[in-house]
Amino acid sequence: MGVGRSYSVALLGLNGYIVEVEADIGQTLPNFVILGLPDAALNEAKERIRSAAQNSGIPLSRRKITANLIPASLPKRGSGFDLAITMAVLRAAGDIRSTAKTVFIAELGLDGRLRPVRGILPAVMAAVQAGYPEVVVAQSNEAEACLVPGAKVRGYRTLARLAFDFGADPQDLALDYDPEDSQPADEETPEGPAPDLSDVSGQGEARRALEVAAAGAHHVLLTGPPGAGKTMLAERLPGLLPDLADREAMEVTAIHSLSAVQASAVSLVRRPPFENPHHSATAAAIIGGGSGLPRPGAASRAHRGVLFLDEASNLGHTSRFRQPLRVPKARNWLPKPIMAAC
Amino acid sequence: MRAKDLLGQHGEMLAAGFLETQGMRIVDRNWRCSDGEIDIVALDGDTLVVAEVKTRRSTAYGHPFEAVGAAKLARLHRLASWWCREHELRVPYRRVDVVSVIDDGVGEPQLEHLRGVG
Repeated sequence: MGVGRSYSVALLGLNGYIVEVEADIGQTLPNFVILGLPDAALNEAKERIRSAAQNSGIPLSRRKITANLIPASLPKRGSGFDLAITMAVLRAAGDIRSTAKTVFIAELGLDGRLRPVRGILPAVMAAVQAGYPEVVVAQSNEAEACLVPGAKVRGYRTLARLAFDFGADPQDLALDYDPEDSQPADEETPEGPAPDLSDVSGQGEARRALEVAAAGAHHVLLTGPPGAGKTMLAERLPGLLPDLADREAMEVTAIHSLSAVQASAVSLVRRPPFENPHHSATAAAIIGGGSGLPRPGAASRAHRGVLFLDEASNLGHTSRFRQPLRVPKARNWLPKPIMAAC
Repeated sequence: MRAKDLLGQHGEMLAAGFLETQGMRIVDRNWRCSDGEIDIVALDGDTLVVAEVKTRRSTAYGHPFEAVGAAKLARLHRLASWWCREHELRVPYRRVDVVSVIDDGVGEPQLEHLRGVG
């Protein structure tokens, strides 16, 4: 026995930080403590981990388990640390061999299956950048993690299989257990062909303005009486933009990996995104935010694409863009072009 | 006497023998007061040890250690004070130990001993 160690990644917005997980087994009554600013979801990991380990055939030690997530001052959220904590605890008990510099990012099911988590792409990018290229994720996250160049990704379906590969005694392991994918295969909502500028008849000046805006990534303000075709024209701007280059595609996919809208990404987002927030949307919904873990708003989701503010005069938040537009660095992270119609 | 009480008594006997092999001197067994019962009182050098013994036939319904919760520990500490008061004994150190006995009646009983819990 002693201290077990493993690694995971904490996400703050799009920035990932390597988190070292150490686990200690103390000689006192059974208990499980997680240190290092865990949120409610992470604190519940104790129960998930106990059940998952039990049902995988490698029950946790019946002593006091202390898991410490380092750096302790960095707030950690969500269920993606389940697997790293489990591996550190199993290592502390001597059930598996050292996991060295492998990074583990997955949630555990009570039956011992590995479940996908959000934000895998930015997390794996951070791991690779920090010099931890070996990553273990849930199998349904594997495709997304593999998008990161330089990452050595391994996807697993169950904790038992993973433990086996790290030298756990196969005698009691539930190796035959193969959970069915509980998540239905992402049903691609059949999108019609993207609206194209060629659908528009007339409006010669407006079309020319859009082409110029698309070529130079300029912002556009559309004004006119109701029914003049402002919205119709705006929706057709993304069709003019070229596909995203590799780096841009990574950035955009990383943002979409964070937002709740999309499940696990299997391929890079290659088309410039188009965001069309409703004019009654809150400031946080548009510019992003949230307490603790900031979530991307419509402006971030439109990164490298088009942010369309319909009925902009009713929006009331347009002043929020004033500062970012003036600061060169922030400007890089604003979608170009921003279109406004009123 | 019911089977579970017999098993408990058997476990306490095994535990007492085990603590003696650890160099402790048993000074009292099954001491009761209105607040509850102490299974074993022992002296480990100059430390008074109040030991709780948990016996199970198997771990099918959880490990014996898992049956000792925070409330039980608090009571054991309280009982230790009561015991000292009644015996007018002043000891420099006091601790609560837990001994688990798993005895399926077939193989050797398995004993585990945790010192100074909670």
